[in-house]
Amino acid sequence: MLGKTAGGLYWLFRYLERSENTARLVETGFRIALTRADGTDDEWTSVLQTAAVDQIYTQLHGDIDQGKAIDFLLRDETNPSSVLTAISAARQNARLTRTHLTREVWEAVNDGYMIIKDTLARPVRIRDLPQVLATIRQQTALVRGAMLGTMLRNDAFDFCRIGTFLERADNTARILDVKYYVLLPSVTQIGSSLDNVQWETILRSVAGQRSYRWLTQGEVTPKGIAEFLIFDRRMPRSLNFAISKVAGNLTYLEEDYGGRMPSHDLIDVIEAKLKHGTIDSIFEDGLHEFLTGFLADIGRLGAQIDQDYRFLG
Amino acid sequence: MSEQSQFFDEMTGGAEAARPCYDPYDTWFQGEDLEDLRKKSAQAEAFFRRTGITFNVYGQAEADERLIPFDIVPRIISGREWTKLTKGIEQRVRAVNAFLYDIYHRQEILRAGRVPRELIDRNEAFLPQMIGVSPPGGVYTHIVGTDLVRTGEDEFFVLEDNARTPSGVSYMLENRETMLQMFPELFSRIKVQPVQNYPADLRRSLAACAPQACDGKATVAVLTPGIHNSAYFEHAFLADQMGVELVEGHDLRVVDGRIAMRTTRGYQPIDVIYRRVDDDFLDPLNFNPDSMLGVPGIMDVYRAGGITIANAPGTGISDDKAIYSYMPDIVEFYTGEKAILQNVPTWRCSEADSLKYVLDHLSELVVKEVHGSGGYGMLVGPAASKKEIAEFRKKLEARPSNYIAQPTLALSTCPILTSKGLAPRHVDLRPFALMSPDKITLTPGGLTRVALKAGSLVVNSSQGGGTKDTWVLED
Repeated sequence: MLGKTAGGLYWLFRYLERSENTARLVETGFRIALTRADGTDDEWTSVLQTAAVDQIYTQLHGDIDQGKAIDFLLRDETNPSSVLTAISAARQNARLTRTHLTREVWEAVNDGYMIIKDTLARPVRIRDLPQVLATIRQQTALVRGAMLGTMLRNDAFDFCRIGTFLERADNTARILDVKYYVLLPSVTQIGSSLDNVQWETILRSVAGQRSYRWLTQGEVTPKGIAEFLIFDRRMPRSLNFAISKVAGNLTYLEEDYGGRMPSHDLIDVIEAKLKHGTIDSIFEDGLHEFLTGFLADIGRLGAQIDQDYRFLG
Repeated sequence: MSEQSQFFDEMTGGAEAARPCYDPYDTWFQGEDLEDLRKKSAQAEAFFRRTGITFNVYGQAEADERLIPFDIVPRIISGREWTKLTKGIEQRVRAVNAFLYDIYHRQEILRAGRVPRELIDRNEAFLPQMIGVSPPGGVYTHIVGTDLVRTGEDEFFVLEDNARTPSGVSYMLENRETMLQMFPELFSRIKVQPVQNYPADLRRSLAACAPQACDGKATVAVLTPGIHNSAYFEHAFLADQMGVELVEGHDLRVVDGRIAMRTTRGYQPIDVIYRRVDDDFLDPLNFNPDSMLGVPGIMDVYRAGGITIANAPGTGISDDKAIYSYMPDIVEFYTGEKAILQNVPTWRCSEADSLKYVLDHLSELVVKEVHGSGGYGMLVGPAASKKEIAEFRKKLEARPSNYIAQPTLALSTCPILTSKGLAPRHVDLRPFALMSPDKITLTPGGLTRVALKAGSLVVNSSQGGGTKDTWVLED
């Protein structure tokens, strides 16, 4: 398999995951805005921070308001993480790697691109927003389904999965990082009345509110949420789950190619930190510090995989 | 459809009833509802867009991927007609290949005075780097897409030989795939020869031309200029259908005297490269030094027997339209037989008498650049305005040897589906021939291009033409 193709598959699935995650963030922001009484736009500031596009936004549009923020996140082609930019980049990578995709995966990507591009051709009216966001989630789910249902479990598949889960781990870590101040005070202020809506934001943006309630019998605590999203291996968007998937696919590559690479050492270290860590020690050392370290780790891992498998040269 | 015209109609032949090969289709069509068929036509377009069978338009925004319009009425050729075409094309492919070998070796045909030496010597498509080089298996033209036009019941002409890098074969395959999905019942009624073996035949044929350096199973790859090339879809499609890698110049380099591709496990040698990059861009060390599309040093590896390049560099000389005018002689010289397929009479404007005739009859003739392709840079006299003719006259007078002229052929018509039912439109045909050391394989069918505008004779997709599925019947 060409190095370029491996890189194309990796980025195809990173961008696909990113388009879905951006849509989830918009959904969360919108939901909070709807249920909040005070009418401020604070939520959009934190959504833009989570997507790491707050600085570009401010440069281009100045003050944050809901309409502009939604448009920026969904449609703005100068925003590298907007749904439209991400789905276009995903499709471009799919065109580049067509020889390694099944017809069904290609068609799912191409259909998704055409439908989303069409849906986002004009600014989205607020009343249409829930439907538009559902469409984006459904289209990306269809690609994932086609991939799981039709692709050979070979190296091509491994690169698709590594891209998916590195992007997802990155996203969940960012959500936690932007919201750490919501979780942090609670450790010291036992029994204080925290904003339930804020907690729900975090769970909702990773589609975890229902799972969390089931697992904890309804007992919602900041520490519980952080633990759930960092450590729980049953939760498909947790750091531990995503990293264990990346580790698994890297192991398949090691077996398949018969060679251990520097990226295998990196993933071992990241995995060990999650395996031996506890939520108490993380809170003790600082959640923000932990997450910053984690994001740097997976950034290095991504660059190392690029080098080990010759994505570019 | 019964309107008498000066053009041969392939469905009716000018009569009331359908010709025998169209008869079963005609019967089926009579029982269909026009509105339903129109809907099918729209579905076909959605199918093409979904599959991504698009081409990029040069100079336009990247997002501008266009569809080539597809017409759902098949173009039907009888098995008997096809057999005759097959013989004619095989003869021609064999002759072109022998001509290329000769031109790059002893040049017997020039010594014999059958083709003038200056046509070769001053020709940009002639590559001095290929002199004395014998390509693996002796094959120059691995893939040929001969352009044919029809003017009567038994009148077929070769318009162009296309021995460089003929495109369009993905449309032959996808048009059939679309028809199979849309009209399965038609295929159970009418026995059509399959085209689906083309990718497997192509791979086998290319592998059979592996170079000396290849040990064991030949590794084949398709070389594309990249994702922005107008035919990128076809390049990806063919690589996918053959199950081989699709590479770009920057994926390749010379390693230990071989061309190797950068894989996830390091550099691995390629044996046969099906390149969709022009000669000039193939090797910046040997040709155009600014090319970013090729592989530095590939020509040296090629000459040393380390790689097979398909089609061989330098085959473009046989696509030259002035050379074309000598094809009947070329066929006879190398095969000892008369050409089975006719050549279109051609005036070479480099010759004073011919130039005078052409200048006097511009409004009746088609004038083409000798190196041109894709319908660019040509004058279609009967369809041109006085101003266009006057402008073209200046270009022609300035560089006569750059042009040839041909009579406007009475291209046959085939019916297409319009909002008012069937209507005749002009067509041509590009069958695809594969050459390996031991045989020539022709896929029964080809690409039918159709001028969608009533009366238009220009079928090129870049000029508003469409395509049809081409059926060769089992007799």
